[in-house]
Amino acid sequence: MGVWRRLSRPPPRFSSVAAAASRPFGKAPSPGCTERVGERVALRPPSPSQLSASLLRGQGLQVPSGTARRRRLQLPTGRSRGPRPRGGSSQAAPRAAPSTSGSSRGPASFERLWRAGNPAPAAAAAAAPAGTMASASAAAGAPAPPPPPPPSLPSLPGPGNARSPASLERDRLWRVLGWRIATSVVWSVLLLPVCTGAFVFFSSLDVLHPVQWVSDALHDLYGSCVLSSLLLLSALVIVISVFNIEFYTVVPSIPCSRLALIGKIVHPQQVMHSLVHSAMGMLMAWCAAVMTKDRYHVLAVPCTDADSLESKAARACLNEHHLFLLLAGAFMGYSYSLLYFVNNMNYLPFPIIQQYKFLRFRRALPLLLRHSAVESLYLLRNFCFLYYFLGYIPKAWVSTAMDLQKDEKQPPLDSLSGLFDLSLLYHVWLCGVFLLVTWYTTWVLFRIYATEAHAFPVQPMFTGDVEECLPRVLNDNTPLIIKYLALQDLMLLSQYSPSRRQEVFSLSQPGGHPHNWVAISRECLALLNDLTQRLVMYQEAAATNGRVKPPSSPVEPKKPIVMEEETAFQTPKASLMPKALMPSLVKASLFSPKFASPDTLNPVCSPYGDSVSNRAVGIVDIKSPRHEGPQSLQSPQLTRRGPRLWTSLTDPQSNGPRSPHASPPPIRREAQHKGRGPPWKLCLWLQNKQEQVKSFLAKRVLIVYFFSKHPEASIQAVFSDAQMHIWALEGLSHLVAASFTEDRFGVVQTTLPTILSTLLTLQEAVDKHFKLPHVSSRPPRISGSLVDTSYKTLRFALRASLKTAIYRITTTFGEHLNSLVGFK
Amino acid sequence: MRAKASRSRRTLGAAREATGSPPPPRRSALKAHFRGAAFVPRGVPSAARLPVPRARGPQEGGTRQLPAAPPCGMCSLSLFPPSPPWDQVTLYEYNNELVTGDNYESPPPDFRGQWINLPVLHLTKDPLKTPGRLDHGTKTAFIHHRESIWKRCINAWRDMGVSGVLNEVANSEEEVFKWVKTASGWALALCRWGASLHGSLFPHLSLRSEDLIAEFAQVTNWSSCCLRVFAWHPHTNKFAVVLLDDSIRVYNANSTIVPSLKHRLQRNVAALAWKPLSASVLAVACQSCILIWTLDPNSLSTRPSSGCAQVLSHPGHSPVTSLAWSPNGGRLLSASPVDAAVLVWDISTETCVPLPWFRGGGVTYLLWSPDGSKVLATTPSAVFRVWEAQMWTCERWPTLSGRCQTGCWSPDGNRLLFTVLGEPLIYSLTFPEHSREGKGQVGGAKTATIVADLSETTIQTPNGEERLGGEAHSMVWDPSGERLAVLMKGNPRVRHGKPVILLFRTRNSPVFELLPCGIVQGEPGAWAQMITFHPSFNKGALLTVCWSTGRIAHIPLYFVNAQFPRFSPMLCRTQEPPAGGGGSTHVPLFTETASISSPWDPSSGTSWSHSPSSHLQ
Repeated sequence: MGVWRRLSRPPPRFSSVAAAASRPFGKAPSPGCTERVGERVALRPPSPSQLSASLLRGQGLQVPSGTARRRRLQLPTGRSRGPRPRGGSSQAAPRAAPSTSGSSRGPASFERLWRAGNPAPAAAAAAAPAGTMASASAAAGAPAPPPPPPPSLPSLPGPGNARSPASLERDRLWRVLGWRIATSVVWSVLLLPVCTGAFVFFSSLDVLHPVQWVSDALHDLYGSCVLSSLLLLSALVIVISVFNIEFYTVVPSIPCSRLALIGKIVHPQQVMHSLVHSAMGMLMAWCAAVMTKDRYHVLAVPCTDADSLESKAARACLNEHHLFLLLAGAFMGYSYSLLYFVNNMNYLPFPIIQQYKFLRFRRALPLLLRHSAVESLYLLRNFCFLYYFLGYIPKAWVSTAMDLQKDEKQPPLDSLSGLFDLSLLYHVWLCGVFLLVTWYTTWVLFRIYATEAHAFPVQPMFTGDVEECLPRVLNDNTPLIIKYLALQDLMLLSQYSPSRRQEVFSLSQPGGHPHNWVAISRECLALLNDLTQRLVMYQEAAATNGRVKPPSSPVEPKKPIVMEEETAFQTPKASLMPKALMPSLVKASLFSPKFASPDTLNPVCSPYGDSVSNRAVGIVDIKSPRHEGPQSLQSPQLTRRGPRLWTSLTDPQSNGPRSPHASPPPIRREAQHKGRGPPWKLCLWLQNKQEQVKSFLAKRVLIVYFFSKHPEASIQAVFSDAQMHIWALEGLSHLVAASFTEDRFGVVQTTLPTILSTLLTLQEAVDKHFKLPHVSSRPPRISGSLVDTSYKTLRFALRASLKTAIYRITTTFGEHLNSLVGFK
Repeated sequence: MRAKASRSRRTLGAAREATGSPPPPRRSALKAHFRGAAFVPRGVPSAARLPVPRARGPQEGGTRQLPAAPPCGMCSLSLFPPSPPWDQVTLYEYNNELVTGDNYESPPPDFRGQWINLPVLHLTKDPLKTPGRLDHGTKTAFIHHRESIWKRCINAWRDMGVSGVLNEVANSEEEVFKWVKTASGWALALCRWGASLHGSLFPHLSLRSEDLIAEFAQVTNWSSCCLRVFAWHPHTNKFAVVLLDDSIRVYNANSTIVPSLKHRLQRNVAALAWKPLSASVLAVACQSCILIWTLDPNSLSTRPSSGCAQVLSHPGHSPVTSLAWSPNGGRLLSASPVDAAVLVWDISTETCVPLPWFRGGGVTYLLWSPDGSKVLATTPSAVFRVWEAQMWTCERWPTLSGRCQTGCWSPDGNRLLFTVLGEPLIYSLTFPEHSREGKGQVGGAKTATIVADLSETTIQTPNGEERLGGEAHSMVWDPSGERLAVLMKGNPRVRHGKPVILLFRTRNSPVFELLPCGIVQGEPGAWAQMITFHPSFNKGALLTVCWSTGRIAHIPLYFVNAQFPRFSPMLCRTQEPPAGGGGSTHVPLFTETASISSPWDPSSGTSWSHSPSSHLQ
């Protein structure tokens, strides 16, 4: 369970929206830019009116299509003309800085990528000897501008800021989940006698004498050994529940390579989990053996050897059947633990429809029984193999440790004849089924109780309840499960509960501020923006060399910028204004490598080109802005470029003859190259070596086997927490759609442009993502089994709900979207 | 405004008249003596109350009762205006009258400008292959080779399960031991006996799946008419038609491209459903699975590959006969008459949740209420259920005399009209508003009331007497809740067994009213195959009728709709009718955005594709 550290707060947006609202038609803020209005507009994603019109015309939702895309691609050439005040650059740079310190709880590669964000420029500076102009400017640029104090959040009314966050979290977790977990444990303990009864009944199976069988089973049920082992079993079930509670997660961890999978298994926590589970499995098997009686009852039995005359009664022999059963229990416990992690069974999938708990349990029950029976069969087979080859070790160990003799009359169980004992196999199988059923029942009950919807109050009844209300829970650093439950509740209330929606749209009593709506929408939008960034970064990583890797150098300088433009709560295209203020020279040098004609700079454009030269040029063209001073930090255009070059292969307009700056830039870059010759040679050499080592390693089969990333897995990892975003999308879009009739004060209207921009930006990123290579566009088939694999298909669900959300808003508002201020 | 006022006065007058009148005689006498519609809610004095029993037996925990006796004061067929002359076709409704003409291609001049831009299709049977067509597989090209018995058994196991294996073993010759063969023969007989026992409980289970679909379909002639299923897109002027050879054609008012969808698994299509809040996702109920087609609307391909289709299947869930999307586009329900469980699908992840099931033997028809809160599920036996779509609990309605044949929801989801097989009546079931917030409660009224009597009667026409009435086959309510169309079952004494389409005028609030409006007539010799309303027509309602001749006719019913400004044909004479069926590429006449302005300002509607920068200048 990781802690969700939120990104740095974007600057206050509502003021800007309000400012925009005061201006009719959202005029350009800076007078110098008025003539560029048309261009800026063209940069934005297709307006909702276009969208709704296209929907009504029966056309699909394709954001980067048609005219919109073409206009966007034309942009840089057009923008390099005209006056550009410098004011915007200094404004954007500090905003970029805090984002490097913020971290998203993404897949591991991205976290590494984030962390690498700061050292990278420093390393570049170190590589360059001092003295040249370039390194001087690099030294000036490398220490990132000090992160400004994070903009203060518009805090919610009420106290609570002073309390220690950890205790608060625990408190909240316990209040929301405590009773549920307790109830689930109680239920699984209560169901234990039923399982035990069934086990006793089936273990004394005697087909030939049914009457005797039933009467024996009934008699056994009241025996003292069954009752006492029930106590032990209850304790075991409680321990299992504790493990379930400790190890559950709402975000599945998806190992991207085989090495990661192995690392996951040998993680100390999980080794501990496995060991405890095998011990508990052994205890379960012991209970089963005690309840079965017969020949499995005890470990030491009097020898049946008639030959050993001397003190026949005193000699105790090893009961191998008992040992076999115990070891089988331990093996099954261990396998359970192993499969628990390999199959991500600690992941809590939320149900697709709300149902009562009993119905969910009843639905899961047949699956559970079947799964346990089949699984036990497989485990029994594996254990038989294991025991056949290695069984002599524990046998010898136990018999020496306890001074037990080997019974010569009985055939040894690690032989074929000994193993082919149907009664033994049946009992071991039954013991396995018993073990798995009790453990899975506990697990299923925990899952059902933990994922049940919880209704958070929207507005606090009393001042003390502020911590519990929905906007607060969403905005605070809560445990992820609470955040999930809160988002689920948001989705449910936005769909089904008009009265609670009314509370969301309400104004605060003194002051008349829509605190609830502001807090809720801000959090949802922050989530969505975060996902957009992650996708853009992923695409860039994929675009640099065609597959995902933690990019060592070329991508880092971009990240802060991406962060900046996304957290600025605008679409990247809408936030182009500061870039338009860049001096044209910087501009030209910045964009030239990418936008020159494809022939001259082919290696840059082809991601699979000759790797060394490609890399070298890649470094040059991205590092160079870094060396030009702080103002070159803002090159979001570059960040937008990367994936576009990759996906939309050649747009004739983007690098066609329309750009007047297409020819000079290469020369300028040449000059820059000359200016800082030695460091770049060194860098090239280093890169060269690195590539050589890499290619050497890549040829070793074993290393490739362990390190090669499964593309599907890394994509799944990007979307592993997409359930949150799906709920945020659904909740937000339903609230906006409901606001059309229910929002009396118009609180939603102020945020509507932002919401639409965010959704459309995300849509663009998602669309691009699905066009990447290695991305399957169809969900894999899921067999209806107990093991839930729904996390593998979350990205498809996200794509569908994103489209639906956009359509929901556009169809509800229809042509009224045209009158939205700030979004045209 | 005058027309509106006078009309409402008239209907209210009818209601008053009906409620004030002495209680009319019972149903047998109603044939001769009919009154206007009146359905009066609880608050009204007892004279208007419907005498319904409130029997709720203790053994029938959550079940509800139907009224035993037909109540007084309901709509009936005697008030219907006489049907038009036999060679006239119904073209549209205007000023509360159904206007007829000689054929569909000749709208009167006043309506030329407003004539809807939709293709009037005529799909004939000839080019289609018959259902009993030869399967041009590759099988004939290969020499027949008999595999060993075990291989065949494995294949049979994969295809048909245990019974297949038993069948294979029992029919094998000289390949297995004699006793194995005998034993499997016995086991097979036992299986069949068990199945027949099951079938005797639910007779429909012994039908072939084609017959099963035809029996429970909402179209009158599923098995041999060239149009099988029809579905409007919920937001655009686009519809899909299933032809007799199980291919699907998608017509779009704005494009000449007609994609034709074919898939290996697309057999015995019984239902189509467009996903709401989506441009192009179409769910198709097939023999063995559900196909989800994703049709790119910008694609120029007329034959999308079968790679565009997702296949959803669930063991034991075939044939699928009914589909229902939730109105918010999130979930898909599917039902099969042989599977007692309704499946809730999450399409994007292809996961499904079977809803808990009870008795009934299967589910034949699913209908999601327009507000998304409830779902009607009818079964082959005399019981139907209403599910509540939040916590998925249900109320059971045993309908005593037969299975529920069809039903329709009011736009606000508070009223359900349904008919029962074997009774010429329309029942109404209300779901009071206040139960909306209650979690996990359907909150239906305790009893259903009868709102219309469709029993056979004679009406006077200028040409003499004419008989009218019978049982309803399917029933649709337009999205604004002002018109109700009822497709009657063919009755040999009424128009030589031709199904008749009756049109009612309805009102849902403050009191429910049902008034006769007219009879929709097609070309001579054409039988109505199915009826449906356009989901987003904003000048009233648009009734689409598929005729047995293969013609798909759109009949606009112009009336004042509370949500939209008044339509007047005088204002838009300048526009010429579109030249062809769907060939025109200019403004769609009734997109949600363009329609409001277009009657007054024809030029403003065309500016949708212009550059957004012009907004700023």
